[in-house]
Amino acid sequence: MSVFILRRLMQSALVMVAMAVIVFFGIHLIGDPVWMFVSPDMDQQDIEEVTRALGLDRPIWEQFGYFVLSALQGDLGTSFIFGEPALGLIIERMPATLELAFTALLMAVAFGIPLGLYAGLYPDSAVSKAIMAGSILGFSLPTFWVGIMLIMVFAVILGWLPSTGRGDTVDLFGVPVSFLTLDGLKHLLLPAFNLALLKISLVIRLTRAGTREAIHQDYIKFARAKGLSTRRIIGVHLLKNILIPVVTVLGLEFGSLIAFSVVTETVFAWPGMGKLLIEAIQQLDRPIIVAYLIMIVFLFVVINLIVDILYSILDPRVRLGDRGA
Amino acid sequence: MNDAPTLQVTDLKTHFFTKAGVAKAVDGVTLSVNRGEVLGLVGESGSGKTVTGFSILGLVDQPGRIVSGSIRLNGEELVGKPEADLRKIRGRKVAMIFQDPMMTLNPVLRVDTQMIEAIRAHGDVSEEAARERSREALVRVGIPSPDERLQSYPHQFSGGMRQRVAIAIALLNEPDLIVADEPTTALDVTIQAQILYEVQKLCAETGLAMIWITHDLAVVGGLADRLAVMYAGRVVEEGPVDQVLDAPLHPYTRGLIGSVPSHNRRGARLSQIPGMTPSLLHLPEGCSFAARCPRADDACRVMPPLEGFGPSRAARCHHPFTAENDGQEIDLTFNE
Amino acid sequence: MAVTDAGKTSPIEAAPLPAPPAEAPLKRFLSDFADSRLALGAALLLAAIMIVAFLAPVIAPQDPYDLATVSVLDARLPPGTENFAGYTHWLGTDGAGRDLLSAILYGLRISISVGLASGVIALFVGMAVGLVAAYVGGRTEGLIMRVVDLQLSFPAVLVALILLAILGKGIDKIVIALVVAQWAYYARTVRASALVERRREYVEAAQSLGLSHARIIFRHILPNCLAPLIVVGTVQTAHAIALEATLSFLGVGLPQTEPSLGLLIANGFEYMISGKYWISVFPGLALLLTIVSINMVGDQLRDVLNPRLQK
Repeated sequence: MSVFILRRLMQSALVMVAMAVIVFFGIHLIGDPVWMFVSPDMDQQDIEEVTRALGLDRPIWEQFGYFVLSALQGDLGTSFIFGEPALGLIIERMPATLELAFTALLMAVAFGIPLGLYAGLYPDSAVSKAIMAGSILGFSLPTFWVGIMLIMVFAVILGWLPSTGRGDTVDLFGVPVSFLTLDGLKHLLLPAFNLALLKISLVIRLTRAGTREAIHQDYIKFARAKGLSTRRIIGVHLLKNILIPVVTVLGLEFGSLIAFSVVTETVFAWPGMGKLLIEAIQQLDRPIIVAYLIMIVFLFVVINLIVDILYSILDPRVRLGDRGA
Repeated sequence: MNDAPTLQVTDLKTHFFTKAGVAKAVDGVTLSVNRGEVLGLVGESGSGKTVTGFSILGLVDQPGRIVSGSIRLNGEELVGKPEADLRKIRGRKVAMIFQDPMMTLNPVLRVDTQMIEAIRAHGDVSEEAARERSREALVRVGIPSPDERLQSYPHQFSGGMRQRVAIAIALLNEPDLIVADEPTTALDVTIQAQILYEVQKLCAETGLAMIWITHDLAVVGGLADRLAVMYAGRVVEEGPVDQVLDAPLHPYTRGLIGSVPSHNRRGARLSQIPGMTPSLLHLPEGCSFAARCPRADDACRVMPPLEGFGPSRAARCHHPFTAENDGQEIDLTFNE
Repeated sequence: MAVTDAGKTSPIEAAPLPAPPAEAPLKRFLSDFADSRLALGAALLLAAIMIVAFLAPVIAPQDPYDLATVSVLDARLPPGTENFAGYTHWLGTDGAGRDLLSAILYGLRISISVGLASGVIALFVGMAVGLVAAYVGGRTEGLIMRVVDLQLSFPAVLVALILLAILGKGIDKIVIALVVAQWAYYARTVRASALVERRREYVEAAQSLGLSHARIIFRHILPNCLAPLIVVGTVQTAHAIALEATLSFLGVGLPQTEPSLGLLIANGFEYMISGKYWISVFPGLALLLTIVSINMVGDQLRDVLNPRLQK
């Protein structure tokens, strides 16, 4: 097990290095990198000063070394707009994004698995067909448009839920969270559902397909022949088999949740790192863009690692280190 | 009480209502199994033997259902019983073993989980007691180091071992009847022999009744006490295993035996039954075997009844191979 | 005698034999496609959307970007209102007083053009890369597929967003961003089916005949990869349209001078809180109908073109 994790960690480090190379040289390829670090209102003299200060007049390999070195020390530049370290700003906004993404993930499981299970167990019923039609729609609808419609219906027309912001937060281990206050929960509900919709559809499809396949397997019939209750057959024998692909896919999709939170955060004015990114892009605050990019790659690598480990825990057939008789 | 058969199936009809029409997978099956007896249920694939087995356990899935007939287990009628009652019978009074041991055990659950749940589904047994019983069951089917094996996952067992586990699970609640659906087909010949030996011993020792479903006459010849031969959803011949194999009454049985190498005379041509099993959707009028039968004539346009021949045998044929008409040598090779 | 009869009257499979191959493939394809009424309806709807989008300058009641005909006095009129000039705005007007129906038609034109252009370019780029990977094999293939996998592990929206952050706004820039974000899907698809085809005997036969690589690739392997490519192409084009709308909504896609549906929706968003729903809702519905109908056509194409599903 530890050998496996070590190997995976090394692979992850490799991906990080590769991405750092791509980001760094990509910036060089597209234009003078000094533009990534100066604000538009600087004059020529300022720019030359910055160029020298950043060492951008040195050979490119030297610059790369410097970039990596300062990145390793957590220094990814300073925001033009805020005048603070970019990485610090990103990390400060991260809890809001993670809270949103985790809530969406939870919703995807909480709605997706029961609905998919139902659709898989009773494929011919009208309810199942409605569920499947809904999931197709959930796939087709652009996230931002659904968000707008949610605001229109629940905030403007019905007035049940607020449409912007995070609401009241309380500190949990020093990190502000919304889900522990009623006001925060109210604020969380719509954006989280908006973000979750695509994944709910995905989980419905996966669960349904898995159920349809598993239900005809001999081990389900054998479980019935043992006289087990339907509840146990579905809840243990069926579900445990379905959960493996669902958890794997969902884990991998967590990264896409964070990516799509850019859209949801913009629609709902949710103060997370996605909204920060969009503002940075609009205001040409390039250090923040670079910091976001590095951070998101790091998150993806970590997520992939966790999913791999989780997968091996769930599925005994791929359990590491024991190959079986 | 002891004289009554453990299982009595009478005129059972299980049909499948598909879009293409009604498939009469089981269409009037009558058979019985006594205590300690092994009944071999033989037929080609599609003859309805597996569906018969599932019907006995009440495990026929949509679009199939039992249309009519009676299944009595120790005198208790099972047809028409509510699902909740059937569930209590399954795994406790009737157990089933499936063909492919690779597929019958849930791959993501440990063996102990799958055994203990089978016990606790049928009684208020403590986890510890259930584990102990599971251990004993594994020992009984000849699995070494059972404690370690209980903690394993199915993929850590070989095919033969998995089938032993499946048999152990079937035995857990000491059922009156086990329906075994081609349980050794997927196994090596040597492992097959071991399992057959152990099953035979079990039946003799415990009074367990067993239906051994197979298409392999060689296997069933050494194992079963009696044989029932199925064709197109019906039992066409029934009787003690030696008598049926030595002197088959029905032309179909004869054809089956003729196609088994070991039952043929040396040097004789191995015969095949010409034609194919008829589609269950479009069964012909009269005897379903008539189209493939060398003896068929106009009489066979009417379905023959299952007729008794002596005290223990029966066949569903207008022209059986009885002593009086079997004088001339019948060409076993089904030449035109 | 009885035996031969049996062969005729009681086959195991009573199902009718597949249709005789005499039928023209295109006709058969069309009739298979029309099997699903829903898909047929979606195809017709899609055709109608494409036609009105491309005819927008001809059929739109107003040129929404001709400042002479647009008056701010008409801003935010609800659907069905008559304006000062006596003209009825069936879908209302937007924040700048433009006729919304006209703006939607023009917006559709931009959205579909961007989607199609990026879809086609990404298809060719991905196809070329995928074919090379499958045909050359070895290290080159390994390297190409590594890059493809790496890119596919990042959501397309993120890739496009970052690219646009560097490139800036504009139709050409968003097409580039969408191509970069999507080529890998095509490359993976083409490589997968080309690999299968490559191992077929006819490719070996063609090679042993000494045909040139290009000829083998384009005349022998490529035609057999077309079916999955068409299916992926449809779905990815719908994706591209949705992605462009999303990016424009976020304000990083198209400039205000070239308002696609996404931008129209974004512009209407600020009026939504005050109850002027139509400015956002109607462009959104147009976007929705376009994407859903493309997806439904794609779904049916998948079923029809998939040889495994053909009975």
